[in-house]
Amino acid sequence: MDPRILTALEVVIGVPAVLVGYIYATEFVLRFARGRWRERIRPWLWLTPTLVILTAFLIVPTIQTVVASFYNKNGSVWRGLDNYAWFMNGPGLESLINNILWVVVLTMGTIIIGLAVAVLADRVKYESFAKSILFMPMAISGVCAALIWKFMYWYQLPGTPQTGVLNQGLVSVGQSPVPFLIDADFKIDTFALIFIMIWMWTGFGTVIISASLKSINRELLEAARVDGATEWQVFRKITLPLLSPTIAVVSTTMIITALKAFDLVYTLTGNGSYDTQVIANEMYNQYLNFGELGRGSAIAVVLLLTIIPVMLFNIRRFQFQESIR
Amino acid sequence: MTTVAAPAAPKVSPVKRFLRHLPVHIALLALLFIWLIPTVGVFVNSFRSADAITSTGWWTVLTNPSGLTLANYNQVFSQEDLGSKFLNSLYITIPATVIPTMIAAFTAYAFSWMKFPGRTVLFLILVALIVIPLQTTFIPIGKMFNNFLFFGDINGTFLAIWLAHTAYGLPFAIYLLRNYMGSLPHEVFESAAIDGASPVTAFFRLALPMSVPAIASLVIFQFVFVWNDLLVALIFIGANTDNQPLTQALAQLVNSYGSGWQYLAAAGFVAMIVPLLVFLSLQRFFVRGISAGSVTGQ
Repeated sequence: MDPRILTALEVVIGVPAVLVGYIYATEFVLRFARGRWRERIRPWLWLTPTLVILTAFLIVPTIQTVVASFYNKNGSVWRGLDNYAWFMNGPGLESLINNILWVVVLTMGTIIIGLAVAVLADRVKYESFAKSILFMPMAISGVCAALIWKFMYWYQLPGTPQTGVLNQGLVSVGQSPVPFLIDADFKIDTFALIFIMIWMWTGFGTVIISASLKSINRELLEAARVDGATEWQVFRKITLPLLSPTIAVVSTTMIITALKAFDLVYTLTGNGSYDTQVIANEMYNQYLNFGELGRGSAIAVVLLLTIIPVMLFNIRRFQFQESIR
Repeated sequence: MTTVAAPAAPKVSPVKRFLRHLPVHIALLALLFIWLIPTVGVFVNSFRSADAITSTGWWTVLTNPSGLTLANYNQVFSQEDLGSKFLNSLYITIPATVIPTMIAAFTAYAFSWMKFPGRTVLFLILVALIVIPLQTTFIPIGKMFNNFLFFGDINGTFLAIWLAHTAYGLPFAIYLLRNYMGSLPHEVFESAAIDGASPVTAFFRLALPMSVPAIASLVIFQFVFVWNDLLVALIFIGANTDNQPLTQALAQLVNSYGSGWQYLAAAGFVAMIVPLLVFLSLQRFFVRGISAGSVTGQ
């Protein structure tokens, strides 16, 4: 038998046992503390595992990465902003442009299709079935989605039978087949990758927008219809404004997803060939393929900087939620 | 789920209502068709021979359904050794789900029902950490793992990836559980305290059992997230082929146009089957877990 099964079992049973033991131990120790001190110390004992892990694995490493981004390849010589200058003059600009494309197209795509499906499905009996079908790709990994779409985008030379659905479609209407995943003209390949992500994430937009749609007061819409508003006016003037906070929330999730895009580019275009590179893949490249720790760190910091606005938005939204709780 | 009847139509025959909704049906069904086609294509191809896959489209099966075979699935498990990668995925995913869920439960309880200075600020930091890009942590953690405590060099081992996934999963896990635990009725905890129950008792006897729906959502979300992960595995398992999960092996197959290409479809289905089963059987929890970070004021 594989000895790793044993290790995994030990971990699955052992670590929770240790954690439960730890919590009981804190209560035992707290018996020796007096009155108010017991209540003051207890929360910190409960938080200790989390604080240790988050400090050691997220907070300190992030600070170290920011520092390392000002140093050379192995962290021995101070380089100031050189790594950033290199990035913006080298592979950075193309990556940033591609990431902006990802942000705009992915966010618009998932929200427009998601909104359309949420509104349309609201009127039919098979609503939950429709939403399930749309949501299913969320359960699939980026790698599997890449594989699935590789068969969709499959390209054979003109004149031979096409094996990919899309190229067969093109050929049957008299067009020549397109090598979707390596054609950098008009960024066809990047759009092809983004479309896969839209396929994966539209269900998410639908489910969340649909939940918000259900909470809109139906009498309001009915009143507008009685007053002679068309369906489009009802949607445009009442439904859409009421949905806008939800759409903003879905947008933040999609923006972050777009900025962090990695798997599809890694799997389908060889980690960013044919001008499809994005920030995350460039970071991976510099770190693992070239061992350029300074440059890799600088790229990671650029990624962090692009995400900070969304981070602040989330914090403000959280504060608002707490205030109305 | 309630569907709303056509507007202001007291007595419309079902046929008329269907006709009025015809454009809606057409648009929706067309979209569902588009959404299903890619997966159906791979599924069909996974039962076709290598020659057939590369010479004709999968849709030709519709008119000429012959030569379907299970050979690809056989080969996936025997030659490509994806069976052991499948086990690796399980080894990685189960501890990386159990551990952060446990830790998050304690922490969420402390954030919900204990008072301490700095509680709000700490939680805001946590909210910020949810979206932090993992890339900013890779290089320092990789260095730390070169000589980790008394374990020595753990890069490429399961321990490394368990630790990484635990840390990366914690902020969201705490956020999700705290939102749920914090909305439990406070009378329950107050009366437990009056009856002399310690916080440990209140946690194990009250908070934990009452939070089962949220914990279920979290477990399913984290399980699927770790199972589907590629990036963290590439960084912390890397070239150690013995420990690579399914996603990593599959990514290599997709990348290479060489020998593996013909049974790619079958391999993909093997990798998809676990999350798809989870999705189909526990859809409600799964959807709630994914939506938890986003749904406003509910």
